[in-house]
Amino acid sequence: MGLFVAQLLTGLANAATLFLVAAGLSLIFGVTRIVNFAHGSLYMLGAYIGYNLMQVLPGAFGFWSSVLLAGVIVGLIGVIIEVCVLRPVYRAPELFQLVATFGVILVIQDLALIIWGAEDVLGPRAPGLKGVVRILGEPVPMYDLAMIAITPFVLFALWYLISRTRIGVLVRAATQDREMVGALGVNQAWLFTGVFFLGAALAGLGGAAQLPKGGADLLMDFNILAAIFVVVVIGGMGSLPGAYVAAVLISVLNVFGVAYIPQSTLVLMYVVMAIVLLVKPYGLFGREEVAGEHGQVGEPERPIKPASLRVRLIVGAGLVLLACVPLFGSNFTQVLISDIIIFCLFAASLHFILGLGGLVSFGHAAFFGGGAYVAALIVTYADTPMEVAFLLAPLGAGLGAVIIGWLCMSRTGVYFAMLTLAFAQLIWSLVFQWGEVTGGDDGLVDIWPSEWLNDTTPYFYFTLVLGVGGILLLRHAAHSPFGYALRASRDSSRQAEATGINTKRVQWAAFSFAGAMAGLAGALFVFSKGSIFPSELEIARSFDALIVIFLGGVKTLAGAVVGGASLEYAKDLITRFEYWRLTLGLLIIFVVVVAPEGIVGTARKAAERVGLLPDPSKQS
Amino acid sequence: MKLRRHFLKLTVAAALGLTAVAGQAADTIKIGEINHYKRMAAFAGPYKNGIELALSQINDAGGVLGKPLEFIYRDDQGKPGEAIKIAEELMTRDGAVMLTGTILSNVGLAISSFAAEKKYLYLASEPLADAIVWSKGNDYTFRLRASTYMQAAMLAEEAAKTGATKFATIAPNYAYGKDAVAAFKKALLALNPDVEFVTEQWPALFKIDAGAEVQAIEAAKPDAIYNVTFGGDLAKFVREGTTRGLFEGRNVYGLLTGEPEYLDPLKDEAPVGWTVTGYPWYDLTDDANKAFVDAYMAEYDSGPGIGSLVGYMTAQSIASAITRAGSTDTDALVAAFKGLEVETPVGPIMFREQDHQSTMGAFVGTIALKDDAGVMVDWTYKKGEDYLPSDEEVAKLRP
Repeated sequence: MGLFVAQLLTGLANAATLFLVAAGLSLIFGVTRIVNFAHGSLYMLGAYIGYNLMQVLPGAFGFWSSVLLAGVIVGLIGVIIEVCVLRPVYRAPELFQLVATFGVILVIQDLALIIWGAEDVLGPRAPGLKGVVRILGEPVPMYDLAMIAITPFVLFALWYLISRTRIGVLVRAATQDREMVGALGVNQAWLFTGVFFLGAALAGLGGAAQLPKGGADLLMDFNILAAIFVVVVIGGMGSLPGAYVAAVLISVLNVFGVAYIPQSTLVLMYVVMAIVLLVKPYGLFGREEVAGEHGQVGEPERPIKPASLRVRLIVGAGLVLLACVPLFGSNFTQVLISDIIIFCLFAASLHFILGLGGLVSFGHAAFFGGGAYVAALIVTYADTPMEVAFLLAPLGAGLGAVIIGWLCMSRTGVYFAMLTLAFAQLIWSLVFQWGEVTGGDDGLVDIWPSEWLNDTTPYFYFTLVLGVGGILLLRHAAHSPFGYALRASRDSSRQAEATGINTKRVQWAAFSFAGAMAGLAGALFVFSKGSIFPSELEIARSFDALIVIFLGGVKTLAGAVVGGASLEYAKDLITRFEYWRLTLGLLIIFVVVVAPEGIVGTARKAAERVGLLPDPSKQS
Repeated sequence: MKLRRHFLKLTVAAALGLTAVAGQAADTIKIGEINHYKRMAAFAGPYKNGIELALSQINDAGGVLGKPLEFIYRDDQGKPGEAIKIAEELMTRDGAVMLTGTILSNVGLAISSFAAEKKYLYLASEPLADAIVWSKGNDYTFRLRASTYMQAAMLAEEAAKTGATKFATIAPNYAYGKDAVAAFKKALLALNPDVEFVTEQWPALFKIDAGAEVQAIEAAKPDAIYNVTFGGDLAKFVREGTTRGLFEGRNVYGLLTGEPEYLDPLKDEAPVGWTVTGYPWYDLTDDANKAFVDAYMAEYDSGPGIGSLVGYMTAQSIASAITRAGSTDTDALVAAFKGLEVETPVGPIMFREQDHQSTMGAFVGTIALKDDAGVMVDWTYKKGEDYLPSDEEVAKLRP
């Protein structure tokens, strides 16, 4: 009994930090609709800044003021980010801000390394709360009790602010309908900035408050990210009480998971998330999205049309040039181009459902990594020849997409995205923790192509044919009746239904097709590298693809390929420098601010302005 | 316009700079060094310093085969796929004669498989996984640092001496943690068959829920604890464990816990009394070790980490191998590495012919506090060759 109570208290204490950080994320999303990927970075900054302040300010008073001050400072940093990086791109397509926050992550990572150095920092203990209290004979740290006691007050204060003050009324109004609030004369821009301040401050507060239970290190930004997303989604996006309940649920479950199934703690969290979302699609306390809220922001997308003869000739010439690379390029050039093609195929497959289908998936890496693992597993355990593996990888990934698609299809918008994320993470955690079969994080190695392909140049041609073929197939599908039905389902599902299109089935088929193509990219990847590791199934991999689509231009057909090629090439160049993350982050932010329609969209506009392309606005 | 001209100047200057570097680099022997310089900055930094120190000494003494030795450092972002791409570039475009580096075992395994496929030589300097030389071992891969198995066996030997029989283990839930626990169990049960493992805890790497772990271990009432957590996980585990009195009256054995990279951040909360493997550089008095530590301190104004020692020995081993081979041809280098003997700060080591593992050992000692910082006391240096399985066993382990 004593142990049970003590475990419960541990869970509640852990929930405190998780709640603070997740509440900030939830608040920001609720009002601004920004999925703030950089929220973990703000949490990390809170920890480091809090640590510095605690070194200067003495005693218990100093400790608690440091925690508060860290929150305020991080809040101000949040304001800087909002004003400089996000404000210029509010009119950009939905989720475009995600790319900007990704750039912010990179910048903060390098800045933190420059400012605080590489060594981990151990947080100071809270003065006056260093000891333990015996509850039913079990030791419970006093600081844990303090955290348990404080959290409900924070929750109450936030609740009061949101539901009992004028600011809160405006925030809630903005959550419901941004345009209407703006039309009623409220300065939306400052409302958003204020909310960003509050959200960032909560993340900073969480970072500083957890110092006595750990410390600060440079990996903590990504380490908390998955957990806070899970909390926000389970609680319901935008709901503060939801975030609290979900934080407690996850933390307490984790404590008992540690005690009874110590091997599978990672899997547990995602299983809970998937179950909650399947039963309560909008999370425990979330509300259904208001229809129309997710209508297209910014300029409406132009109808797509088959490439003109001139474009075809240019692309054809480019392909011929690529095919000639082995004649004049080094082995490395071929490897680099193969990597880029594989990545472009992966990004293009996501673009197919995202751009044409309007289905935002946060878990596309499940199919890329999934295809790679299917190939690697059958080669490892069944000695299957490479040729068969290349057939089975897209089939396996496609089958996975059929199943996951079936489970996710009834959701829309960001809840669809979150459910795909949950399943992708579930697969990742399974692969990661089921070491006997998958090799865990030591992965599967020695997966090399058959004799006839096992050299750089033949494999380069193989990649060129399959990769470019795959991309062209995706493009061709966009112009087929299937592609038109898919776009009709995205733009107006009711009208599409009325014309006899089964929209859900079309979207489901598209999702499965995209999964299979990602699986093909995964198979190309695994045989080119000779090994596969769970990192190819991670969130970061899914976001890689997402980011290049937006960088390239989500409302253009070529966006994914152009964005993918540009970013991969830029990475290859920039990672040679000492502070490459800072450089790359600033570059991404720059592109985002200067070209909110993506590289292709902006280039097309520029070409129209100078007369290289016909201007559609002048056509009748 | 002005700006453009300025930009042009810069470009020209950069281009000239590049050609100058290229021209200068033509007559050096290049080694491709791939590491997670950003992702694991706390470890890769001291490691690179160690390499640089060795290189300056080697090149001051005339280099190898009459040419200066040069390392090309590349960041792989901690991703195995990137590492493979960079490895190819280093070997085919930059003219590297062999590959070395990595801390993370998965990246080490990826490069090792790639090296065997392309017939490049790879010296795995820091990755600890046993698989690199055993179950996934190949002709082209060698490993320098004392492996998980060796270090775990050293701690098991100490653990067997105390007569404790009820053990708890806590290790990060990934390959290194699992190897470390399996090796410790095997070695300890061989020494004392009465030992019983009452609980095994597997926190997710860098996501430890320390309070819950401490409660779970406490509930199992072990006599002794074997710890494999490190980095931020270790700090949290130590703090919660100390606060809740988990370590009182129990023997604790900590793999790698005494390495400066992990021990220093704990400052005055270093877990006193733990038996650990690590690197007590502050306490070394014999000539070879002292010379290295002094040279390192003079150069960098801070004490070396275990990574610094490994980096230094990596460059030493490579220089010796090239000298022994008399050429930079891969086959000659592979032959030279087999049975290669190197004089290092920790004494002579040898790259074993049977499994390509070096006999670099490890320091085993007890943690104490000195001037508010954790240090290792009562330590001994244990030679690697004494803690490797018999040759027959090794032959069975390798493919």
